[in-house]
Amino acid sequence: MNVTVCVKQIPDPALPGELDPSTNTLKRDGKLILDESDSYGVEMALQLVGAAGGGEVGIISMAPNGEVSGMRTALAMGAAKGVLVSDPELSGSDALTTAKVLAAAAQKLGHADLIIAGTESSDGYTGTVPEQIAEVLGLPSVTFAKSVVVDGDTIKVNRQSENGYDEVVCSLPAVISVTAGVVEPRYPSFKGIMAAKSKPVDTVTAADLGITPVGWGGAFQQITGIEQAPARQAGEIVEDDGEAHLKIVAFLENLKVI
Amino acid sequence: MSWQPNTNSADVSQLSTEEQQIVELVARWVDHEVRPVVSQLEHTNTYPEALIEQMKQMGVFGLAIPEPYGHSAVSARCYAQVTEEISRGWMSLAGAFGGHSVVSKLLLRFGTDEQKRRYLPRLATGELRATMALTEPDGGSDLQAMRTVAAAVGDGYVINGSKTWITNARMSGLVALLCKTDPSAEPRHRGVSILLVEQGSAGFSVSRDLPKLGYKGVESCELNFDDCRVPADALLGGAERHGFVQMMAGLETGRIQVAGRAIGVARAAFDDALRYAQDRHTFGKPIWQHQSVGNLLADMATQITAAQQLNYHAADCVDSGRRADMEAGMAKLFCSEMAAKVTLDAIRIHGGHGYSTEFDVERYYRDAPLMIVGEGTNEVLRNVIVKQAIGRNGLT
Repeated sequence: MNVTVCVKQIPDPALPGELDPSTNTLKRDGKLILDESDSYGVEMALQLVGAAGGGEVGIISMAPNGEVSGMRTALAMGAAKGVLVSDPELSGSDALTTAKVLAAAAQKLGHADLIIAGTESSDGYTGTVPEQIAEVLGLPSVTFAKSVVVDGDTIKVNRQSENGYDEVVCSLPAVISVTAGVVEPRYPSFKGIMAAKSKPVDTVTAADLGITPVGWGGAFQQITGIEQAPARQAGEIVEDDGEAHLKIVAFLENLKVI
Repeated sequence: MSWQPNTNSADVSQLSTEEQQIVELVARWVDHEVRPVVSQLEHTNTYPEALIEQMKQMGVFGLAIPEPYGHSAVSARCYAQVTEEISRGWMSLAGAFGGHSVVSKLLLRFGTDEQKRRYLPRLATGELRATMALTEPDGGSDLQAMRTVAAAVGDGYVINGSKTWITNARMSGLVALLCKTDPSAEPRHRGVSILLVEQGSAGFSVSRDLPKLGYKGVESCELNFDDCRVPADALLGGAERHGFVQMMAGLETGRIQVAGRAIGVARAAFDDALRYAQDRHTFGKPIWQHQSVGNLLADMATQITAAQQLNYHAADCVDSGRRADMEAGMAKLFCSEMAAKVTLDAIRIHGGHGYSTEFDVERYYRDAPLMIVGEGTNEVLRNVIVKQAIGRNGLT
């Protein structure tokens, strides 16, 4: 079984992010790391291929400046190869363009029985790219997978819903998006890190994949303004004079959570 | 105090891309897996089995072992930084692989092919763990005065004597034992050899776990050898009388590792103090803006950075293949004294909270002195440094 995983490389969330007022976008020119929400997809893919007893995990990514740091993490975890689409023309691409580019990258990587993505990236949050990839490729898609089991030519997915989960059976090949916590991502081993050095990553441009126009020109969306998120407000401190529990209950009632 | 992720990291700029990734991986592992649980494990003196297993999975026990025996040998500089990161989480975890790395180096450099094949592949995965046994109850850092004797009897040796402060003794399947095979040799170090003693050898026992100020969770023990018999091929490298020189070479790695532990503990103390000094307000402002507190932080940052550069310099000497006992000795001396000062200053900055076991800084303060007295006391190390300075006629 071959599984392709979409991995986004994002600015390290532990460091303060910077917005670019000239383009209304996040600055992404520094070192990028593997989006944690995609590490679940990589781990899921590795486990499915392991359970199938054969095949390999490939990864695809779209990032500026030929950045492969985050892809290397996925390769160190055990993915076998990757395709990176890196192209200055891609700057300003919207979610649909991203989906078209990633769909083409997936085809370039080779046949996959399953394509996995995270439900949404940690820096963009549109949460629409996985379904759009499925649409572009003409494949069925299942979103918000909280567990995935392969059964012959189908997958059985428990799909997280607001009230519980749906049990979905879907034919392969397919595109699924997995929630954080679907599996526990492994730490790469040092041996895996060393081995990742010699694993192939094919770097191409959008034009190489035949996708035009891209970037600002290809986008159906416009970003009309950006603002820094408001700083977190200081919490309320309640001194326990024996009656503090009543204040906590009143606080929660006010939030309408109890 | 609630745990918060740490965003500082070692300067990895001189490392290869893969080595940078290794250091960053270990830093992430420390923040996610070690720091949330360390206080509870430490205060209950609990052996960190799950964390040690994860260290084995990652490859920490194979950092000194290259192909064909292992898969993840790194430069001494990278090794120092991995040690730093792990020690930033919990110094005891760095203790779990320090002696192991020294024994790995000894086998690589001096072992026979048969000894390498027998031990190194299992040491690289951590399946087999190793420790070294130098210190004796009456000898301490005066290694040449040791009383543990291995007498050649038949096709092997019979060992009698005792060792103390042997960390990981119960968990180690292999002990690199420094002992005298010729007690009458002059000068005395000429009579010293290293024997590779396996756990379970008749007459070898781990007799007692020593109570300690810090360095909790991993055992430090007394070893007894009572007519302990080992075969002739237990002799490291198959030649007697080289043990002292062999061990001194191994200790270059050991001292860089101990210096790395000191830096890691000091960095943790500084990180906590820096955060606290911004959160804590007195007289209407964050306390770092009071000059007395700000000066402490400035000195801590300066000392830590100087210590790192000294240890990386020692590591680079090892990587270049030069003799590095003076450099490693200087690094261990400076870094450990630095850590003792920085961890105390972190307590000053935390005020009363710093003396509370609910904060981590008291642990750093209890762990720091180990690096002053361990791996050769700083007093003995000064002898090594001055002898080298005289011998080299300067600092080059």
